[in-house]
Amino acid sequence: MGKTLVEKIWDAHVVKSQEGFPDILYIDTHLIHEVTSPQAFDGLRKRGLPVFRPNQTVATADHNVPTLNQHLPIKEELSRYQVDMLTKNCKEFGIELYGLGHPYQGIVHVIGPELGITLPGKTMVCGDSHTSTHGAFGAIAFGIGTSQVEQVFATQCLLQQKPKTMKIEVNGELGKGVGAKDIILYIISKISAAGGTGYFVEYAGSAIRSLSMEGRMTICNMSIEMGARGGLIAPDQTTFDYIKGREFAPQGEDWDKSLAYWKTLFSDDDAQFDEVLTFDAADIQPMITYGTNPGMGIGITEAIPTTVSQPENERPSYQKALNYMGFDDGEQVIGKPVDYVFIGSCTNSRIEDLRQVAAFVQGKHKAENVEVWIVPGSKQVEAQAKLEGIDKIFEEAGFMLREPGCSACLGMNEDKIPAGKYCVSTSNRNFEGRQGPNARTMLVSPLTAAAAAVTGKIVDVRELV
Amino acid sequence: MKKFEKLSSRVVPLPIENIDTDQIIPARFLKATTREGFGNNLFRDWRFDSNEQPKADFVMNNPTYKGKILVAGKNFGCGSSREHAAWAIQDYGFDVVVSSFFADIFKGNALNNGVLPITVPEEYLEKIFENVFNNPETELIVNLEDQTITIAETGEKYNFEINPYKKSCLINGYDDIDYILSQTADIESFEQNR
Repeated sequence: MGKTLVEKIWDAHVVKSQEGFPDILYIDTHLIHEVTSPQAFDGLRKRGLPVFRPNQTVATADHNVPTLNQHLPIKEELSRYQVDMLTKNCKEFGIELYGLGHPYQGIVHVIGPELGITLPGKTMVCGDSHTSTHGAFGAIAFGIGTSQVEQVFATQCLLQQKPKTMKIEVNGELGKGVGAKDIILYIISKISAAGGTGYFVEYAGSAIRSLSMEGRMTICNMSIEMGARGGLIAPDQTTFDYIKGREFAPQGEDWDKSLAYWKTLFSDDDAQFDEVLTFDAADIQPMITYGTNPGMGIGITEAIPTTVSQPENERPSYQKALNYMGFDDGEQVIGKPVDYVFIGSCTNSRIEDLRQVAAFVQGKHKAENVEVWIVPGSKQVEAQAKLEGIDKIFEEAGFMLREPGCSACLGMNEDKIPAGKYCVSTSNRNFEGRQGPNARTMLVSPLTAAAAAVTGKIVDVRELV
Repeated sequence: MKKFEKLSSRVVPLPIENIDTDQIIPARFLKATTREGFGNNLFRDWRFDSNEQPKADFVMNNPTYKGKILVAGKNFGCGSSREHAAWAIQDYGFDVVVSSFFADIFKGNALNNGVLPITVPEEYLEKIFENVFNNPETELIVNLEDQTITIAETGEKYNFEINPYKKSCLINGYDDIDYILSQTADIESFEQNR
């Protein structure tokens, strides 16, 4: 019987498979950041251990960094301490750090791909659930806890049960104004925030194939929002073209050898998935979330589902979510006013996202009632945007182009949405308080966010493109 | 890691679905560089208002409910991979979390810290809630060796699943890292033979 893509990569990385034990899985690349690593470094110190393979470990500072005046010391004391701690730990244990001020600094899931560190067939982990992003290249990539960060530091391996596999096919052509973010929000709304738990998801079908690498990263990034540990897409010419020539990508003879291997990375025709789901791209409209988990999404022209349409035992939680958002059963979201627009995060802060937003807003201006933050995913994205004059378009539109970091995605650094305010956001989570205590988040695509920025309310972007 | 054997305890009921790790411990409290002290901020924004005053309607502020077992609605621990969520739950004093469904990463993080996540059927979870709301002194008995959870009052018992390797880690107080460090010779030979 043939193998799925996940099985091919997994089996090539099993150091040892023992009855009654999880597999020992070899990890090619370990990405780290300031928030989930300090306790793991401490653990090494207590055990008197070095980092086993420091040259397979890459660090950056992203969660705590301010996105204005990055040349100045970080104002918030605890944030500064955590970032300084990362610098100290990387120095002590011999790990390459792309910290604040470095031209490669940025969100960990943006810099891995753009530097050519993320490659097909690799196993990659990071103490961050959105590590699933790297699966877009046909890698097994997943988020881990800090105890596991310590394991990888100490042994370059993890104890892991082989996951179940799910194939999600999206076939057909996407409509005007509908993109990768809408596809993934649509899938999650259909299968719920828990529908992928226990699985690694392989995305396939013509609609997925038609996406750029940036779009594929957006899809894989949000695999965790349906509970899946990871999501991946078989590499193809789009993947190879993206990787070629990047800083740490293989070159010359190495490139040819790698390419030959990468071309074997697909699920065999007779491979068996534990679950297969199929969707039609034509059914997908611009999506928006109205609740407090990413599964609570609707097409932009649809009404908010009623409480009585929910399973009886889940109605109190559903009502709690609507109360938090200040929404009622059966309401339309179109026309609702917006206070903030946030375009950024590891889901949508890449150059393609910024280009798309810039093309839409060129010659337009933001509405008076909204504040608009654009946060590039990395220093390289920021530099490219300036090179292309995108910064000027944002400036003329009254958008604030900030410096790279996780920013208002998670309410950890200085960038927070005030209590009670509505934020239309290209990030990945709409949990209560995610963007700041009592902030109200509505997840959308970059294009729908741009439309909200210029109109000051929720609109169907299809009417404007 | 401390050893886990048996536990009889009262229960803190939280019948809410999809409790994410941002609720368990909001990101702004992740700035510590040690594992201790996160319990103070467990469910911070549900426990306290913006003036740092306890919210009277939240179950953890109600002295009627206490104990070492947290019982919550399905898909507990979804969202961020932050192990701080497991640390906060443990630091506050919970040894067991019961739900009808756990998110993967949270479940692993809990087990790696000696907190036992027990998955029970939806109907059994409802029974626990019913008993606890009728009588807050209701106790649950957890026996890891036998893999059973029992509602003490009614004797209703459920046999839960746990990975045999993880079970032995909890019972013996072993970490994954202790085991995996004993395998470095195999890891090095794997690297050489690739």
